[in-house]
Amino acid sequence: MVSAASATSAARPLFDCRDAYMSALEEMAAADARVCAVANDSLSSAKLKSFKAKFPERFVNVGIAEQNMVGVGAGLANGGMVPYVCGASCFLTARAMEQVKVDLAYTKANVRLCAMSPGMAYGQLGPTHHSIEDLAWMRVIPNLTVIVPADPIETAAVMRYSLLHEGPMFLRIARVPVPCVHGDDYEFRLGRAVKLREGTDVTIVANGLLVCRALDAARALETRGISARVLNMSTLKPFDREAIVDAARATRGIVTAEEALAAGGLGGTVAEVLALEHPAPMRMLGVPDTFAPTGTAEFLLEHFGLTASGIERAALELLKREA
Amino acid sequence: MKDGRENPDADPAERAAWLKRKANWIRLSAMTMNHHARLGHTGGDLSSADILATLFLGDVLQVKPEEPRWPQRDRFILSKGHGAAAYYSTLAARGFIPVRQLKTYMDPLSMLNGHPDRNKVPGVEANTGPLGHGLPIAVGAALAARMRHESWRVFVLTGDGELQEGSNWEAAMTAQHYGLYNLTLIVDRNRIQQGDFTENTIRMEPLAERFRAFGFAVDEIDGHSTEALLDRFSRLPIEKGKPSCVIARTVKGKGVSFAENQPEWHHGVPNQDQLAAAAAELGLEAAW
Repeated sequence: MVSAASATSAARPLFDCRDAYMSALEEMAAADARVCAVANDSLSSAKLKSFKAKFPERFVNVGIAEQNMVGVGAGLANGGMVPYVCGASCFLTARAMEQVKVDLAYTKANVRLCAMSPGMAYGQLGPTHHSIEDLAWMRVIPNLTVIVPADPIETAAVMRYSLLHEGPMFLRIARVPVPCVHGDDYEFRLGRAVKLREGTDVTIVANGLLVCRALDAARALETRGISARVLNMSTLKPFDREAIVDAARATRGIVTAEEALAAGGLGGTVAEVLALEHPAPMRMLGVPDTFAPTGTAEFLLEHFGLTASGIERAALELLKREA
Repeated sequence: MKDGRENPDADPAERAAWLKRKANWIRLSAMTMNHHARLGHTGGDLSSADILATLFLGDVLQVKPEEPRWPQRDRFILSKGHGAAAYYSTLAARGFIPVRQLKTYMDPLSMLNGHPDRNKVPGVEANTGPLGHGLPIAVGAALAARMRHESWRVFVLTGDGELQEGSNWEAAMTAQHYGLYNLTLIVDRNRIQQGDFTENTIRMEPLAERFRAFGFAVDEIDGHSTEALLDRFSRLPIEKGKPSCVIARTVKGKGVSFAENQPEWHHGVPNQDQLAAAAAELGLEAAW
């Protein structure tokens, strides 16, 4: 089924959030001499080519060495710099987990991890290059702020915010093209869900590239007479528990959607809040407990039902209505 | 000497002898801490004491105990975080923390955890404990000095078995690529890791050659000669444009005969009688 909403989304211009991150980083570096960047080999994956050209003295390439990369970031922070440590999320998280835990989180180092091309962005390259575990891994580490921007506007806003933030951050920078879901006047607020759409029947809580799909699903549901609230939960940690409890009270259930393992990620977090504070019917859309088969990112998103129609179906199921 | 440092104007032999006495105090203090805590890593505390004393009390490190986060300070990173008792004792001797704090080592809610915590203990630069973390952080701090056009230097003390962690060699490549002459790696080469002698576990030799191959200027010295340590640390970098590696040949358990060269003293803890025997050997009545 092709819903009207996904047709709408196809017509909108799409953006690679890495471009927004790159422009913001360069603007910040121009304005603040503490801003520096650390890369692991590939400048094109991390979109750092022009940063290196503009700020060669504040650019470090450690080569293919992620444990060292995160430690170097911690040392730069110790020396008063504000390092943006940029690499593919799959390697940045899994390979350097102990450094993230100890050198950054436990130490409270002012390092920003820019986790590039997360989720299943690397498509056919397969599960070695997918980063579907990152949200579950990162959000349980104390002191670590975890943010999953939904579009280029939010990506740039989060980057600008990050310069003022005290403590380590994990920023998940999407590669799979997305339309804008926020207006140009959007202001990022840490730890606050963004209510993109009011609704009374069901709530869809999404992050990253699933936010635009959640909005499309809400539009499709509206044509069926169902009113869906949509929350962009871009801050996974610290988590806006209040917004979830409020949604559980105001609507009949919650559907979560993310490009990650739902267990432990956004879905897991919402489930914890509901179980402890306001039990409510729930559906969790994300990658189930499996490694992905071969396919493009878009194919895999469809495969796991991470589409507007997948979200719509889950909402209908939750409300016990026929699809 | 009001802030715990020795007199930099004294002659080298006199300074070295004074530092040796300080190092022995650090040894006994660390053993006393381990005794009270019934936990600790005595062997490595004892092997690193002369290095720590020389760095902190021999006017090598430019630091300000009254302003621990002084931006221009030299950075010292204890990568072998399990050597915490000797480190805390050194920080106390240098005036970063009160000596009376040392007796709280590993007590419930004490700021003196079994491994150092930067957010609790003034003077600590990095939270260490898992091995192979210090050198990458030191490389980052040395790069920060360069980016900020600052002249402060970075020192990192690793164990020797610790160098089996691959992250050290990742960081070594970065240090040589960027020519970090403001970085000094000191290896506490006591030849024993937790399980056995290093050479029976995973061979470390030829260690100096390995570091040379990785682009470091290397010097091997007696890690228990405060004179040799003072001399080496007063002439850094070892070579212009290169990171320095000082391989300090040490004895695990140094200064306390029953603990010397015994792998089981890696995390051996002295009982009351052993503590008294150690004090006698170190020429001290009690540390505190």
